[in-house]
Amino acid sequence: MAIDKIWVVAEATEAGPTTVTLELLTAARGLASTVEAVAWGTTTAANAAVLGEYGASTVHDIGDIGDALPGAPVASAIATAIASGAGPTAILVPTSYDGRDIAGRLSARADLPVLTNITGLVGGDELTSQHPIFGGAQIVNARFTGQAPGIFVVRAKSFAAESAGGAPAAVSPLAVGDLGATNAAAVVTRHIEERTGPKLDEAPVVVSGGRGLGEAANYSLIEDLAKLLNGAAGASRAIVDAGWVPYSHQVGQTGKTVKPTVYLACGISGATQHMVGMKGSKNIIAINKDQDAPIFGVADLGIVGDVHKVVPALIEALKAR
Amino acid sequence: MKIGGPVASSAYIELMNVVVCVKQIPDPAAPQSLEPGTNTLDRSGKLILDDSDAYGVEMALQLAEQAGGGEVTLVSMAPNDETSGLRTALAMGAASAILISDPALKGADALTTAKMLAAAIKRTNADLIIAATESSDGYTGTTPVQVAELLGLPSITFAKSVSVDGSSVKVERQTESGYDDVTSPLPALVTVTAGVVEPRYPSFKGIMAAKSKPVEILTAADLGVTAGQTGQEITSVVEAEARAAGEIVVDEGDGAQRIVTFLEALKLV
Repeated sequence: MAIDKIWVVAEATEAGPTTVTLELLTAARGLASTVEAVAWGTTTAANAAVLGEYGASTVHDIGDIGDALPGAPVASAIATAIASGAGPTAILVPTSYDGRDIAGRLSARADLPVLTNITGLVGGDELTSQHPIFGGAQIVNARFTGQAPGIFVVRAKSFAAESAGGAPAAVSPLAVGDLGATNAAAVVTRHIEERTGPKLDEAPVVVSGGRGLGEAANYSLIEDLAKLLNGAAGASRAIVDAGWVPYSHQVGQTGKTVKPTVYLACGISGATQHMVGMKGSKNIIAINKDQDAPIFGVADLGIVGDVHKVVPALIEALKAR
Repeated sequence: MKIGGPVASSAYIELMNVVVCVKQIPDPAAPQSLEPGTNTLDRSGKLILDDSDAYGVEMALQLAEQAGGGEVTLVSMAPNDETSGLRTALAMGAASAILISDPALKGADALTTAKMLAAAIKRTNADLIIAATESSDGYTGTTPVQVAELLGLPSITFAKSVSVDGSSVKVERQTESGYDDVTSPLPALVTVTAGVVEPRYPSFKGIMAAKSKPVEILTAADLGVTAGQTGQEITSVVEAEARAAGEIVVDEGDGAQRIVTFLEALKLV
């Protein structure tokens, strides 16, 4: 292939590489001759098998970063490799909280531009990235015009993750450069918000609530309905910001991207910010009392009505079966 | 907190100077369009203070107040010497603004913008720099951490809660699975989400006072930074695949049943 080498910034949790990491490795395989991963923390050796299975021939291991936020050390390590001539043709970074930090810092450190909010990549002699704009109504095609590598920040669920059955990746240490004060932010405590039922970004059914619910107490309707449908409960940014639900429930531009079989939006207007996170759902049902709400522009079934009437009636109808 | 009044731990009141990076964007309520040729966002119309920056400005004002005083300085980049959005933030209580405005910066990307903002911030005496997580028009989402890297500072993004304790900042940072408590020594950069604070409405007195607060307008040359090429371009813009139009009905007591029927057809119930 015309593109020689792609590096994928490989995030991981205790459970292993994240799904979006596996998606980007899969995408990279179709675009470049060589795919390598960049990882940090204490689990890289343990993850080498999975990373290799999805296409990475090598994983560059930055090692234990302690309690530091990943942005500065990971960016520094990649920038140092680029400066020494050992860098790739392109770098794919997941759109995650840490991925955004890494991409931004890398861009500044290596003096390279960055393209974000990518939902598609087209290969060939060089990469073209695709970006939704205006609520997803239009797609912008973009490219880098200067020197390699290009930094591409890709949204989750833009590609499907598919195993290539590859051999475990070779682990190669990657040194962090001089960090100065940039590495001083440290995590003191991690709060994992427990949830029962399927994971929000994996559930076949997602029931989401927004401001139209009126008050925090009414979110229990969303949770009840999600449970009845064996789905996950989600939320618009508005009610997460208002403190009605935990941060981990957020769907949208700066929350999770979901592509369930059914997305049921209750009392959500459909701001651009939210649409980006759920527009790829196979079927969208919306309940909103405002017939002009933008969500009705993407709904397969739209009910113009009061969520306080329709949702309880739906719950009753499902319970009666 | 009165000077000379009771103090908790230190003998001196630490003033804290906060810089807020703010953006003036095309009014989201107006139809958005792209510039022919470059296909970058058309910024030739009315520009207003990005709603997401009201939270940053408010957070800065509260932190400066809690520290017993200190200036809140706005730093912004906009075309055509635009300042109307800055006056909104000055009316909330910010003390002054630095605006970077230069025809050479038309269509500037995030990295170029960050270089300009960083150069302007170097002219201030910032203990803390606050920005939104991303702008509401471009939503690239990288400019603040690019600024932090260029200034050699630590950063904490996606703050849901911010407090300053002496010479360090404590943040509740949003994560995929919940949130982390993160701290950093100052100076540092923090990006805030909506919901971090409730922004105040400018008072009439504030609006009047804003008219005469200093706004320094600088070009790239004034900052000693070369604008340069952005290193990226838009090759084309196409219509996205449209979803087939759905069925929109008014609930007449049958809304719930229609949803059940829809779900049955998908074999989900």
